[in-house]
Amino acid sequence: MSLLSNTTILLGKELRTEFRSRELLTTTIVFILIVLVLFSFTFDPMSDEARRFGSGLLWLAFLFAASLMLQPCFLREQNNDTLSALRLSVSDPFAIFLAKLAANTLFLLLTELLLLPVFAMMYNVPVLPVLHWLVLVFFLGSLGISVAGTALSAISAQARMRELLLPLLLLPLLTPILVASTEVTGALLDRAPYVQWKGIGFLAVFDLVFLTTLWLFGEYLLEE
Amino acid sequence: MKNLLFIAVVVLLLGAGAYAAFFIAPTDAKQGLIYRILFLHVASAWTGLTAFFISFIANVLYVWRRQPKWDWLGVSAAETGLVFTTVVLVTGPIWAHPVWGIWWTWDARLTSTFVLWLLYVSYLLLRTLIEEPDRRALLSSLFGIFAFVDVPLVFGSIRWWRTQHPQPIIMGEPGSGLDPLMYKVLFFMWFAMLALMTLLLRQRYLLEAMRGDVETMRRQMEVA
Amino acid sequence: MTPQAVCPPTVRFESIDKRYGGLYALRRVSLEVASGECVALAGRNGSGKTTLLRIAAGLVRPSSGKVSFSLAQGREIIAERNAAFVAHATMVYDELTAEENLVLFARLQGVAEPAKRAEELLHEVGLFERRDSLVRTFSRGMRQRVAIARALLLAPGILLLDEPGTGLDPQGIAWLAETVRRMRDAGCTMLMSLHGESEISSLATRALRLDAGAIVADTRTGSSVRSILAFTDA
Repeated sequence: MSLLSNTTILLGKELRTEFRSRELLTTTIVFILIVLVLFSFTFDPMSDEARRFGSGLLWLAFLFAASLMLQPCFLREQNNDTLSALRLSVSDPFAIFLAKLAANTLFLLLTELLLLPVFAMMYNVPVLPVLHWLVLVFFLGSLGISVAGTALSAISAQARMRELLLPLLLLPLLTPILVASTEVTGALLDRAPYVQWKGIGFLAVFDLVFLTTLWLFGEYLLEE
Repeated sequence: MKNLLFIAVVVLLLGAGAYAAFFIAPTDAKQGLIYRILFLHVASAWTGLTAFFISFIANVLYVWRRQPKWDWLGVSAAETGLVFTTVVLVTGPIWAHPVWGIWWTWDARLTSTFVLWLLYVSYLLLRTLIEEPDRRALLSSLFGIFAFVDVPLVFGSIRWWRTQHPQPIIMGEPGSGLDPLMYKVLFFMWFAMLALMTLLLRQRYLLEAMRGDVETMRRQMEVA
Repeated sequence: MTPQAVCPPTVRFESIDKRYGGLYALRRVSLEVASGECVALAGRNGSGKTTLLRIAAGLVRPSSGKVSFSLAQGREIIAERNAAFVAHATMVYDELTAEENLVLFARLQGVAEPAKRAEELLHEVGLFERRDSLVRTFSRGMRQRVAIARALLLAPGILLLDEPGTGLDPQGIAWLAETVRRMRDAGCTMLMSLHGESEISSLATRALRLDAGAIVADTRTGSSVRSILAFTDA
């Protein structure tokens, strides 16, 4: 079976499993909400500062949430050793990663878009005029988070203290995503919104670099 | 005997470098004596990066060949790199305080170095959390590869961020205002630091090789 | 459940070494399992049985040496597509139904008409009525049946079993023994690791004992199947 068809089949399985229980989505959404509320106590959310700090806080919240959401990714495949079943069934192990990172990107994107109106209300920032651009930067940022996160989740699943380990490994690695996404989002939410093409380019480069690295080394991550 | 000779050479080189930094390099009009710490600061930064690059190569070679010596080299180079990176992070504030009156500026290079430091601390932490030696070698090598691939992205994104939010720059833009003689001293200092790096690397490597052998023997005894 | 290949493959292990950080799990193991043979692997925990089977299945890479599969005509074939592997972990998803699991793995492996094949196998293992129940709700015996159904999706010529009877009640073991017998009689090449004598071990046509990663006894060289299996826990 080809890489594409295997990926699609596995993606279907990931989505079906999640939408049946919705546990990842609900916990992630609630977590981000908690972070957003807590952040509001650290500065004056009604002032002009809100616009400037808002985008950074939003992405910080996404990063923290993602580092928690990505933990079960490979941990759940240790249950009943389904990872071995997958390795035996697919022709290219990269399909396993592609499916998982695609699913994770979708879940992240979904939670981000669901929370966007809440964020806009809480911090009084206008999002409608730049919505399509926001979707683009959310997508590119989430993709980067997912690629790195899925890879690292395969690593941390095999170590001790995995709950603490994944954020520890992932957050420094994702610094470029935080920087670029915050800049682009900040520019879009500015009084005079504009598109930061350099930032978008950066995100695309990050995504490409990490996807390539994962493609080159992924099978070793799954080795027994 | 050879070892003692090498140590003597390194001490001599460092001594010569220090002498050059204090007495040969011309005085900077504005900053006086303190700027001389630049020779230590920048040379350490370059040496640290060199060590991390060696670690990256060792990581790739381990994943490819699976010989323990590459893992020993990888961890030795990472630790050595961390030592030099720590020097960079310490000398930064030492320079900044007399000149700017503040301990930390979010200077692009210094901030990037901090993230770099965190990445390799995570690398070492990961190793302590995996017991089986082959697993540990493989997983940490893979993380090391992702970490190093991230380094240019970290430096690039933070430098771009600084163009959006100007911060005080420690030690001036690269290439601005440095006397040619200063360059010569700097390169000599770097050469001396590389010699020191090689010495530290070699000692650490031998230590790791011994640890590896001891661990193998211990495990063999446990089984018997 | 007839094996696909008219002549099920021969399995050849050539000088297999497997090291984990300086410790040998397998030490220069060379072995040939003839087409249609049903081999029982005995040995203490840690003797290397599981490692050998997982290498044959393609899940573990040997440190040196290789495994090859060939048909009677001498052509070599790719292992992963032909060796079915059943361990004591079920290797199916608890959060999916029995049918969903089988259809998933059938589609991944490129089975033509996956839904039909899944249905076929569910009938064979006697789980058709429970096909829409989540595997999470199944008993240990039922989960083992799903595991076997998953392994048989491609109608393999080789079956690798790693202590498949673990955790099964006498009824479950009887069913398993019956299944193994049918596969053996249909001519499937089989390699199974076992713990001591049981209904299943009596089906073997050949037995081997592993100790500290090496083969120490083989019915081919004289020992009887009973004696090999009786010494398992010595």
